[in-house]
Amino acid sequence: MSVSGTADPKGARTHARAMAGTTVEAMPTVPADRTIDLPEGVTAGAMLWEETVAPGGYAAKELARGARLRLVDQRGDACLSMLVFNAERPVERLNIADTVKVQWNAYLGPGALLLSDMGRVLMSLLADNAGTHDTFCGPSSERSNARVYGDGGNWGAHPNARDRLLLGAAKFGLGRKDVHPCINWFKGVRVAPDGTTMLHAGPFEPGRALTLRAEMNVIVVLANCPHVLDPRSDYCVTSVRVTAWRGPLTPEDDPVRTATPEALRAFLNVEEYFRR
Amino acid sequence: MNDPALAGLPPEIVLDEVIPARAPWDHLVRTGETLRIIDLEGNQAVDFLMYAAHDDAERYSAQDTIASQRNIFLRTGSVLLSNEGNPMAEIVGTTVAYHDTIGGACSCESNTLRYGHHTKSQHACVENFLTSHARHGRGKRDMVSNINWFMNVPVEADGTLGIVDGISAPGLYLDLRARMNLVAVISNCPQINNPCNGFNPTPVRVVIACSGRY
Repeated sequence: MSVSGTADPKGARTHARAMAGTTVEAMPTVPADRTIDLPEGVTAGAMLWEETVAPGGYAAKELARGARLRLVDQRGDACLSMLVFNAERPVERLNIADTVKVQWNAYLGPGALLLSDMGRVLMSLLADNAGTHDTFCGPSSERSNARVYGDGGNWGAHPNARDRLLLGAAKFGLGRKDVHPCINWFKGVRVAPDGTTMLHAGPFEPGRALTLRAEMNVIVVLANCPHVLDPRSDYCVTSVRVTAWRGPLTPEDDPVRTATPEALRAFLNVEEYFRR
Repeated sequence: MNDPALAGLPPEIVLDEVIPARAPWDHLVRTGETLRIIDLEGNQAVDFLMYAAHDDAERYSAQDTIASQRNIFLRTGSVLLSNEGNPMAEIVGTTVAYHDTIGGACSCESNTLRYGHHTKSQHACVENFLTSHARHGRGKRDMVSNINWFMNVPVEADGTLGIVDGISAPGLYLDLRARMNLVAVISNCPQINNPCNGFNPTPVRVVIACSGRY
């Protein structure tokens, strides 16, 4: 006698189907046009993706050129590590060194480009009211989490960002060699003249947000785990709302495209890539 | 052993080679061995990657190294970590104040952004790395943020950074002691559009030394 009624296949089916309609905070909205958080000025029909990423969680998605991707730090304590690949040929991927070197700046803000290792812009940062991001320190690892929290595996209570990124990448057939140096959104790292890294770990005010535009067809992989240098002994991280919608391709007179000679050449290289 | 350039190294010389200007190089460095890289003519950037010999999906990670030491510059005492967080090697001595690990490697493609499309045909560090990688079953997926020995990349208060005039000089060197068996891969940087090589790529000398026969 099974209390849950799952002793036979039909009973198990009834039990499984009875779960339908359950809502939790960290889940995707499917279909996305049933959005619970429609961005201003966006029609529901343009929605491509809406998902809340749990503390310690991850998500991955392919986005077409022109798509907008909004990331919201809902409670002010998120740390969202990101990988970006060219979806058509993932061996082209975000190159952090080129991103900071070509733009002559290591601190990401509005107008910043995320550059690939092929001299092209994968995504551009259209809006950002957070201002505290990190291109230096990379993801936490199982080893670094174990040092602080006692364990760091994906199967436990303290998942690490690197292995979360690995799982997201794996869903697209990618592997350990593809987990490239990442960006950490929302936690800020600045550099002192002697090279010392200074972390601004927050927590910050809730609702800080940034919006990216896909300049190529991309795979975005996101992991939401405490910053590797977060000084707190507890596993402190809060949820992220991820929203994507269709948008127009970048026009020739776009201010981000024309802002600098380096940016213009990065866009020209993208436009040349799509000359087909 | 009267060569002053070998002073301070363990007694057994495993390898002693000059890497020509603009050339790639790679070699196994075993646990406990010291790799010395000598900037023969001064201000020659030496782009450097390394891979665990037993599993090349484990490789040098600039970000793990920076986070671990809470500093972007590599100096004597810096422990170079892998993407798994394991110590791969330690800088046991260097006569240059600091080295870079945020500036990355020059490529034909990034050169088009930084200098213009007229530089696309010029030789670049990524070409060297890929040449070495292709000999060993590695490829473009194995390209990650590298070390630039003898290269100077300061970061200003507003985040502005750039490759600026070097702080190395003829004969200055660094000693790296391997903490695991690793494959060291070098691109002796061919860049001529910025000051990382003083606008004139030159040879460097590499020496691997150990304290006794195995």
